Amino acid sequence: MTDIYKAAREFHEMDELAERDSAVHLLHPLVKLIVTIIYILITVSFHKYDLYGLTVMILYPVIMLFLSDVSVRICFYKLRFVLPLICAVGIINPFFDRSILLHIGGLTITGGVLSMFTLMLKGVLCLMASFILAATTSIDLLCGALRKIHVPGIIVTLILLTYRYVSVMMEEVSVMTTAYRLRAPGQNGIHVSAWGSFLGQLLLRSMDKAEELYISMQLRGFNHEFYYADSKTLKFSDILFCTVAVVVFVVCRLINIPVLLGGLFV
Amino acid sequence: MILFENVTAEYDKGFPVLSELSFAIEDGENVGLIGANGAGKSTIMKAMLGIISHSGIIKVDNCPVDKSNLADIRKKMGLVLQNSDNQMFMPTVYEDIMFGPLNYGVARGEVEKIINDVLFKLEITDLKMKHNHKLSGGEKRMAAIATVLAMEPSIILMDEPTSALDPYNRRKVINIINSLDGTMIIASHDLDMILDTCSRVILLSDGKIIADGDAKMILKDKKLLEDNRMELPLRYQ
Repeated sequence: MTDIYKAAREFHEMDELAERDSAVHLLHPLVKLIVTIIYILITVSFHKYDLYGLTVMILYPVIMLFLSDVSVRICFYKLRFVLPLICAVGIINPFFDRSILLHIGGLTITGGVLSMFTLMLKGVLCLMASFILAATTSIDLLCGALRKIHVPGIIVTLILLTYRYVSVMMEEVSVMTTAYRLRAPGQNGIHVSAWGSFLGQLLLRSMDKAEELYISMQLRGFNHEFYYADSKTLKFSDILFCTVAVVVFVVCRLINIPVLLGGLFV
Repeated sequence: MILFENVTAEYDKGFPVLSELSFAIEDGENVGLIGANGAGKSTIMKAMLGIISHSGIIKVDNCPVDKSNLADIRKKMGLVLQNSDNQMFMPTVYEDIMFGPLNYGVARGEVEKIINDVLFKLEITDLKMKHNHKLSGGEKRMAAIATVLAMEPSIILMDEPTSALDPYNRRKVINIINSLDGTMIIASHDLDMILDTCSRVILLSDGKIIADGDAKMILKDKKLLEDNRMELPLRYQ
């Protein structure tokens, strides 16, 4: 099985994950979208040195992963390419911020180190929250929710079509890679000399395919506005979840719970 | 009724793929478009649907095919593409079938009923919630036909409906075509299928009509077919 084929299959797995029927999957997509946005906003709003305060925000993705029946392993596996990038964001902080903030035993912790870990944690938490949203909500429902919060139709359509075309393009890459390998046995990957024509062909083939798909959409009445999958009406449980989640996030943001708990024992 | 009057179409300037075509297709007719590769079969369909520009007059139910009324014309016509992969772009069969009717303003409740009816008619109810990327070639073709039938078009165009199908699925498609009402235009190299489904045949070569008439008469004419890079249907060989 080629890497591309594996990647294409992995891509479709997200659709399959979104079709389960756990408690989180059954929540209204709009509620999940709003809660995720608020979670991300609150998470990034923590002060750069407030690592303790931020740790309590780990609870949301952990609880949601548990309730959605999506394993932590899958979550980190799917995010494996993005996580290092996110973690690299604060890596230069220790070189710029050398102010000493605390000592743990013989270890001196500078502001740079602390802010680096805070940034990394913020990044990981935001990615996890986004992953949970994507893994429990189909792209159609998600786009429908985006339209409900008045994100312009053209942007939402663009997101949806990009999502669709990525898989189309991956299939083309898979076919082309297989054709190449069959005529270049023993070669590791695609030779540098073939990269130009390979990419050019891929572009042309993708454009042809995209045009055919677009024609097919037009012939079925597509008028630049998708009719997204019908999400159910908001239930009491949806509103309750949204309210509780937002209140908890705000409380976690305003009150430093780890420090408060620590104070009880000191 | 579909009317072509002196229709010329070209992809590259100076190289017409259809030249001065004139013919009429009455309501309820099943017409087979046959001809060698590049004869213009698919282009005729594209011209009917306003996908490519043309000169001359094309009318569908007395309505000329031009930009101002493309939406109305396309609503009446359904095209089953040669490559079903290009026809199915939603994640599941259900969502794909739903796409057309929703765009044409059919209420969701009604769409649900249409989907169930179409799937039942094509005997593919088990595919309803299946992911498109997991369908076999035959299943994909059936689902592609379902997406078109769900729009309830009065004219159905099929481009190579039996290509790459195994004998069982090929026979199934033929039976489906024969069970459908309305006007049917089928472009294919599968002359046996054309014999089974169409009463009239238009033979094309280099964008021109070489013969137009009774399917059995034309498809029995060995010389005519061979002169135009085709062969007799298997049952006549």
